[in-house]
Amino acid sequence: MAVKKEYKTISRVAGPLVFVKKTHPVGYGELVELKINGEQKFGQVLETADDNVVVQLFEGTQGVDKDVTVKFLDEPLTIKLDDSIQGRVLSGIGKPLDNGPGLVGTKTEIGGAAINPYSRGLPDNFIQTGISSIDLMTTLVRGQKLPIFSGSGLTHNDLALQIARQAKVVGDDSEFLVVFAAMGITNEDALKFQRSFEESGAIDNAVLFINKADDPSVERLVTPRMALTAAEYFAFEKNKHVLVIMTDVTNYCESLREIGAAREEIPGRRGYPGYMYTDLAELYERAGMIKGKTGSVTQLPILTMPGDDKTHPIPDLTGYITEGQVQLGRELHRKNIYPSIDVLPSLSRLMGLGTGKGKTREDHKKVADQVFALYAEGKDLRGLVAIVGEEALSDRDKRKLNFAKIFEEKFLQQGLEEDREFIKTMDLAWEILGTIPREELVKIDNKLKDIYYKETKL
Amino acid sequence: MANDSKGKIIRVSGPVVEATGISVAMSDIVRVGKEELMGEVIKIEENSFIIQVYENTTGVRPGEPVTNTKLPLSVEVGPGLLGSIYDGIQRPLEILEKEMGHFIKRGVDADGIDHKKVWDFKATVKKGDTLTESAIVGTVQEFDFTHKVMLPNRVSGKVAEIKSGKFTVSDVIGKLEDGTEIKMSHFQPVRQARKFNSKLAPAEPLTTGQRVYDVFFPVAKGGVAALPGPFGAGKTVTQQSIAKWSDADIVIYVGCGERGNEMTEVLTEFPHLIDPKSGKPMMERTVLIANTSNMPVAAREASIYVGITIAEYYRDQGLNVALMADSTSRWAEAMREISSRLEEMPGEEGYPAYLSTKLANFYERAGLVETLNGEKGSVTAIGAVSPAGGDFSEPVTQNTLRVAKCFWALDAKLAEKRHYWSINWLNSYSLYHESLRDYFKKNADKNWEAKVKELMGILQEEDALMEIVQLVGSDSLPENQQITLEVAKIIREHLLQQNAFHEVDRFCPLQKSNDLIDLVFLFRDSASKALEAGVPAREILATKGQYEIATVKLEEDYTKILSKTKKTIESEMEELIKKYK
Repeated sequence: MAVKKEYKTISRVAGPLVFVKKTHPVGYGELVELKINGEQKFGQVLETADDNVVVQLFEGTQGVDKDVTVKFLDEPLTIKLDDSIQGRVLSGIGKPLDNGPGLVGTKTEIGGAAINPYSRGLPDNFIQTGISSIDLMTTLVRGQKLPIFSGSGLTHNDLALQIARQAKVVGDDSEFLVVFAAMGITNEDALKFQRSFEESGAIDNAVLFINKADDPSVERLVTPRMALTAAEYFAFEKNKHVLVIMTDVTNYCESLREIGAAREEIPGRRGYPGYMYTDLAELYERAGMIKGKTGSVTQLPILTMPGDDKTHPIPDLTGYITEGQVQLGRELHRKNIYPSIDVLPSLSRLMGLGTGKGKTREDHKKVADQVFALYAEGKDLRGLVAIVGEEALSDRDKRKLNFAKIFEEKFLQQGLEEDREFIKTMDLAWEILGTIPREELVKIDNKLKDIYYKETKL
Repeated sequence: MANDSKGKIIRVSGPVVEATGISVAMSDIVRVGKEELMGEVIKIEENSFIIQVYENTTGVRPGEPVTNTKLPLSVEVGPGLLGSIYDGIQRPLEILEKEMGHFIKRGVDADGIDHKKVWDFKATVKKGDTLTESAIVGTVQEFDFTHKVMLPNRVSGKVAEIKSGKFTVSDVIGKLEDGTEIKMSHFQPVRQARKFNSKLAPAEPLTTGQRVYDVFFPVAKGGVAALPGPFGAGKTVTQQSIAKWSDADIVIYVGCGERGNEMTEVLTEFPHLIDPKSGKPMMERTVLIANTSNMPVAAREASIYVGITIAEYYRDQGLNVALMADSTSRWAEAMREISSRLEEMPGEEGYPAYLSTKLANFYERAGLVETLNGEKGSVTAIGAVSPAGGDFSEPVTQNTLRVAKCFWALDAKLAEKRHYWSINWLNSYSLYHESLRDYFKKNADKNWEAKVKELMGILQEEDALMEIVQLVGSDSLPENQQITLEVAKIIREHLLQQNAFHEVDRFCPLQKSNDLIDLVFLFRDSASKALEAGVPAREILATKGQYEIATVKLEEDYTKILSKTKKTIESEMEELIKKYK
């Protein structure tokens, strides 16, 4: 179509949705432009029929009346991509927030096609986050999607920033890049994020997409897709290792529900749309590696569990798609332990693929299992101590109780600026294991204990 | 409705497209739009019909054409299926990669099986033979299998000609007297069960090599097992382990709406694993169907049917087929999504009211049958369920339980304690004990049934005792109960727990399970004897022999260490008895 026809046939406006009548045949998913008093707004076709087109506006429907001009652009939503996007701070729909120029480069569809499962490369190496508890016990693997399950008031944002600053690939000179997608965060947090990236210099190896809490909620659905499209560009065309941090997925899902309700859809569990699993999968499954390419897209989505409830649809559906989770604990947070990672319900499914000799270290997995087991037992004993008192415990149990304590205080506890090398993390793990007699460390082979075990008192 | 060759799209909403202008029947496959995307008719209205499209519909617009192929959704069956990896509508992913690169795009057609590969066909019938439906006409060698080439359902008659020789699956290898051509492959509609003669009562277990399943909750060949569990409880690892180590002849693994990286793991691992039964790479007995969670939702709905249809095809050759469906919840959700776009009246939790019918129809396609051609074959269906919030009262779990005779309840608490397989031994059940009794009696141990019951009894007693222990500590229990707790602990740690990633422990033959069980009883009996002789419980609990049980299961050739462990246990107890005489 040479001339893009304009229409003034809006019949209904509901929430973020605009219903347009009597158009030419419009493609499903096509981009739409509205002109309101000279101001442009964009939207996307949600449903197209002979006589009626449903458009979802990205920037809110405020000011839309029945006389507004609607233009169908005959193309899906895209982002312009080239290397110059590195170091930029952009809005949730890719507009500059850093006083820089508009984006240039190749227009790329943000919908993102699924990676052919046959073409996927097997994730097989780790990313060092510099956070001991993650690196040792829920190792992040290149190409993995590992969410952080948090709760309101916990320190997930600090943790996200710290990982963004510290994350690197070790023993490999390929480049590393962070793509940060903020969805529905407060202006205050946005400022904090931006400043943290700029002050630490991390911004040079990052791209920030920031959708604020007072931005139109529909934009929120676009933000992670923009970010992931940029990540795929750097990973699969420029062979970099890209870590995508997305916060807060809960806000994203709220937008999804809001729009579903505006479309008068039949809701699924707790009012969230029935297709939320598919929709989230469209984001999370974009993590991965491709055979024959050296780059990778790794995702660290962050979500706050409403009411700390892990069975809430958002963490629940996320957990079914992602490869494990890192869970933050309120109890640890109250004890003033940062990062308040509760390692017991945390899990990295791909850990086995990305750790061990030649990748991390030959004793990694066994040490992790041993620390896990001792901490679990020690923590269990706390319940008993509350009833019978510490004196009633056997020496063996007392050691375990102490182990749980020093695990939290020495190993878990870490400064906001403290970037622990992997070797340092392992040393620390052996140091706390040294408080337990050698023969009680049943999960570690003698061969490894010969090399690393040393009795300690802590 | 006009009977033009081309219809016209009038509405597009995601995977649901409404069109008009041609006559269609329910379940016809149609080609949608300029790119000829594949879709299926799912509803017919007065002046229009609704299509679910198996590919992404972005950019499709009203006015574009629709054509009817007049064929139902089918898979192509014949030699060449084994070792393949397909998407949800039997397009080989390897060919899709060649045609469209690393990402799934649209509008590409691909044959389900290779039409260029030449097979050495040996006819087993001759001119003049009368053939029934599904009759075997000859064989070809597919990896280690003698693949039996069959007539399709609904084709029968007298052979006019047939020839042995080298052919591709699309070559004509013979004719029936009514002129029907015989080829090595044919198309089989997926939404109807393949016909068979009669169903038989299952009498043999599908041995999985996983102790907790084989001993406590066995599934029969031809049976149905439901495997529900919250995320992280180990559904996928269970499915994969059974796919690897079970004694099925053929494994069909359907990754339905699950993770891409998991399919990659299977793809990377299976070609290198050796099937303990045949000694050949596992991939050679496997068909993978991978429709990951971000691939089109309608194809996800279809993938389960594609899987079971291929399973039935191998069953008809007289083989035992295991079908793993991971996860049936994603399949149900795909149904829900399509149903909601059709604005159907929802049932429980938004699922369509016909959910239970669909689930029952699917699982009823499992079974041990006598086939139309006189063979005996089975399809065992093992369906993972991903209940929302880990709550087993949700509709998919509940409706599955109505047809599944094995309930393998995975438990998040056990998984959190890293007790794998994290199947809850108190909640799970198998209704096959009865029908498999004779098999176990003959092949495992003549007292098998009694022993299993006794083990379960100990575990149940432990559960009751633990409530007391949590209040007062185990030291205040009577001594014989302290021993019971210890025996239960040994059962949990050495029988129930199994390491899927340990190169020996990942596969435990039935006889080895039986030997381990005997060890447990040996410990219990000698401990009781010692206790009766006046040995204090704490001394018995401190013996070292019980720890050796762990080493038995980690040894491939375990006979030596088994007898050593027996000796250790016995001599330790005897010494204690002497000491307290």
